[in-house]
Amino acid sequence: MFQALFTSLLQETTQRSLWLAGPELALTAGIVLLLLGRLLGFDKLIPPHWIALAGAMAAFGLSLAIFYSANSTDPTAADEYFGVYFSGLMTFDKFGALVRLFLLLFLVFVLALTVLSGIPDAEDGPDFYTLLLGAVVGMLLMCSANNLLMVFLGIEMASVPSYAMAGFLKGRKQGSEAALKFVVFGAGAAGVMLYGISLLAGMLGTGDFQEIGLRLTVLFGNADGTLSDPVRAATIRTLLLALVMIFVGFAFKLSIVPFHFWTPDVFQGAPAEVGGFLSVASKAAAFALLTRLVLAIMSAGTASLQDLYLILGIAVGVIAAVTATFGNLAAYSQTNMKRMLAYSTIAHAGYMLMAIAAMMVLQSGRIGGDTSLAERSSHAVEGLLYYLAVYLFMNLGAFSITALIRNEIFSEEIEDYRGLGYQAPVLCVGMGLCLFSLVGLPPLGGFVGKLMIFASLLDAGYVHWSMWVILAIGGLNTVLSLFYYLNVLKTMYLTERPAGATTVTFPAWSSAGLYVMLVTVPIIVLGVHVQLVSNAARRAAEVLFLQ
Amino acid sequence: MSSEYLLTLIVFLPALWALPLLAFDGKAADAIRYFGLLGTALTFGLTLQLLMQYDLTPAPEQLHNGMQFYFSVPWIENWNVNYSLGVDGISLPLVLLTGLVSLLAMIASWSIEKHLKGYVILFLILETGMLGVFLSLDFFLFYVFWEVMLLPMYFLIGVWGGPRREYAAIKFFLYTLAGGVLMLIAMLMLYFSSGNSFDLLHLAEVGQGLGKGFAFSKEFQITAFLLLFIGFAIKLPSFPFHTWLPDAHVEAPTPISMILAGVLLKMGGYGIIRIAFPICPLGAQYCAYGMVALGVFSIIYGAFAALAQTDFKRLVAYSSVSHMGYVLLGLAVWKVGEKAGDPNLHYWRMGVNAAMFQMIAHGISSTGMFFVVGILYDRVHHRDLNKFGGIAGLMPHYTGLAAGIFFAGLGLPGLCGFIGEIFSVLSCWSFDKTLAIIAASGVILTAGYILWTVQRVYFGPAYKGPHGEALVPLLGREQFVAYVLLFFAIGLGVFPNLLFQYMDPSVKTLVDNLDASVHPQIIETATTLVP
Repeated sequence: MFQALFTSLLQETTQRSLWLAGPELALTAGIVLLLLGRLLGFDKLIPPHWIALAGAMAAFGLSLAIFYSANSTDPTAADEYFGVYFSGLMTFDKFGALVRLFLLLFLVFVLALTVLSGIPDAEDGPDFYTLLLGAVVGMLLMCSANNLLMVFLGIEMASVPSYAMAGFLKGRKQGSEAALKFVVFGAGAAGVMLYGISLLAGMLGTGDFQEIGLRLTVLFGNADGTLSDPVRAATIRTLLLALVMIFVGFAFKLSIVPFHFWTPDVFQGAPAEVGGFLSVASKAAAFALLTRLVLAIMSAGTASLQDLYLILGIAVGVIAAVTATFGNLAAYSQTNMKRMLAYSTIAHAGYMLMAIAAMMVLQSGRIGGDTSLAERSSHAVEGLLYYLAVYLFMNLGAFSITALIRNEIFSEEIEDYRGLGYQAPVLCVGMGLCLFSLVGLPPLGGFVGKLMIFASLLDAGYVHWSMWVILAIGGLNTVLSLFYYLNVLKTMYLTERPAGATTVTFPAWSSAGLYVMLVTVPIIVLGVHVQLVSNAARRAAEVLFLQ
Repeated sequence: MSSEYLLTLIVFLPALWALPLLAFDGKAADAIRYFGLLGTALTFGLTLQLLMQYDLTPAPEQLHNGMQFYFSVPWIENWNVNYSLGVDGISLPLVLLTGLVSLLAMIASWSIEKHLKGYVILFLILETGMLGVFLSLDFFLFYVFWEVMLLPMYFLIGVWGGPRREYAAIKFFLYTLAGGVLMLIAMLMLYFSSGNSFDLLHLAEVGQGLGKGFAFSKEFQITAFLLLFIGFAIKLPSFPFHTWLPDAHVEAPTPISMILAGVLLKMGGYGIIRIAFPICPLGAQYCAYGMVALGVFSIIYGAFAALAQTDFKRLVAYSSVSHMGYVLLGLAVWKVGEKAGDPNLHYWRMGVNAAMFQMIAHGISSTGMFFVVGILYDRVHHRDLNKFGGIAGLMPHYTGLAAGIFFAGLGLPGLCGFIGEIFSVLSCWSFDKTLAIIAASGVILTAGYILWTVQRVYFGPAYKGPHGEALVPLLGREQFVAYVLLFFAIGLGVFPNLLFQYMDPSVKTLVDNLDASVHPQIIETATTLVP
């Protein structure tokens, strides 16, 4: 008996799980090498960034191979290939494969940026890259988590290295303050979230995502009992409490209002490279995990929960609208580029959360019996994935150009960018593309992503009208956001470089110039050749809604 | 040339032409100017080629829902977005106008010195955006081109403009983007209610109750129409969305003012007639009276505002508000008769024709007016009407040309401005007599501010303002631009049929289809399938 169990576990692990966890293992190998390099002293021979880059490239290659094999696998053979691994703690599907691909591509870009911009220096290299790779391992786990336990583990693995990276510029008071603020907030949010998780797990007796829906159906599925029944109402209250507390943890990671307070300080205090990393990678992973968790909970097919889901969906929509509006309004008065981008990050988290809200509202309608809604809610996830893909490039572009400009003029104040457009055209045109894409202007990728999310909101409005209000607020926010993004370009192009300011010479054909082009050209490509990513995003989204 | 290549080339030639400019040395000013000029001239040549190939009496098999040269290739298949272009009698004159005004504006750009390379690149991208708007027949594509114009325009006003350029540029951008967002929402609404389509021709069929299995209910059409209308009215601009226009015009450099007045404003009118009306006929019908009233109010308001200005360019800008009021008036005089084919329909057809003509005529005359103002500003560096006077004595040749162009703007019979104004006012008579009388009285105000301006600037005692010594006679290229514009102003005024022969068949089809679609018996049979 035990022997058979052990053999099957061994078989599953060696034949399937290890291959599927290949990217994580490659990154871990990179971390081990980095640490050993310190210990054995070969870090003087091989610079740490090469080790980190090799690990990241290997992980990226593996995830690409997995992604392609996932997409070329015959759907009828799905049962053997897709599904849970590591005895149910993780799951593998096209959705996870795609997000992992995004994350690792992003990691390669961030590593290249740190090499170009020279943060960290040779002394701190191994530490920094260990933290960076470690955070990404956590994020990869978040993308494929299939258990409430893994939710917490993944989030913490991603967060703890981030705290240290935020304070990485050790000499700077601002950096240390930011890191401390980040830790305190993070610890608080994690505690609340853990409490929520334990409530949910305790109530349902399982942490497994596949089981959650079934247990909820058992708990609430009794057709003759209504929700006004006092015993049942107490259960509902507990469920609601658990969900809200779990959401707090996510809201912290996603910097959703009112859990956003750490964001501006951390982004201003941390180096721009770290800011870029945090703003994209941790968002992408957290949104992937949130999507999974929400769908796991909403897979309960009982009509008695329909109203609850609808209300939750509307609540998420309202929070999203408030977040987007707050981020955009607060960004107005910023004079520091990184702080401005921090508020813009908050606003964009709001837009992306709108996709989740639309999905929730559409799903709640599906429980009501409209089967066409499965496909429609998969479009919301498709929009979210597309947005994340574009966001990867446009936000990384904005942060990396900020870092490159900082290396030239030693300032991150928008004021000091005056007239820069005529001295460093590559940097400023690149920045222009990133910022206009963040506004959501065609023919740039940001427009397509925003359009997809708005389309889902409009569609969700047919289930409940409140989504139309959210859509209107989203549209209004687009106009609001224009002003502060344009302010940067106005400073760069519409004012002359003041006399006595550093003259910047930034050749287009240097490695940094090429890097800027490499990051910004995909923004245009994603805006024109939409099929390129939207096909993959659609396939990835659809698998989540197969029942 | 096959239609796919011709239309695609017209749209993208300017933008492609901008690519080699990147390799130019920024100091080789003349090379850049001539290269840019060649690009716009070639584009204009291609639009003339389109005119040659355009068939006035097409065989039915040449047409696709009234469109010639129609073609469509999939662009984003998941979203059913197509790259579809086509041209009919409504868009053809506007495409030609765009080609012409861009060419003339490029010639007028010779005085630009600052960052010339960037200027020409942005100028060419702008031209691609404008041509794309007039040729695209897919809503998504239309929207992309519509927004693509914003970026170059922002920088063209913001970098090369006057003292308050930053304010004017951001105001222009914000207004248009706000309108664009409304349009976007309407676009998505239509998309979901029409079986996931962005095809303007399909949407029009659905809106007119001919969609197979789909239809828009009346409430739906009114909502969508209002969203679209506000988006387009901002561009038109109609009162109360016009306030960006005087600022943008005053601060923009002369060639950009010419493009703004000559082409960009027409996009509002074009959008109303190409998108808002055909797709939401019930909404258009519902709002008709309001639109006519708004048009008439814009005419009067713009004229009074123009009377009050002391800045020459601002005066011309307000005259645009006034003149574009006739466009709105002409488009909207839609009175549904008791039965199909009611005589009222002829008045509406006349009104739409007049509105289309007025767009072209205003494109000629206001381009000319801004150019004429620019000539003076280049010389004396101010635009204060109170400091002018006596220019006629110093620059008689220029004064003659300027007077001709101003009279075209005034609407003097025999010049292009007359046709559009008179027909739109006439068509209004059957719609609502009071409004027609008010609109007609606008002509007096127009005559008032233009004659008064001509008197203050060109006649009177000798010029005593600043930089009097700089008032040298016209340069060759300035003469060329002014003569070309005057030529068209007179030509279209004497032979209006040159334009009407292209417009009228398309307008007639549109008017007949729309009227048939709102007729009560059709309203009853149309099923409301809006989810």
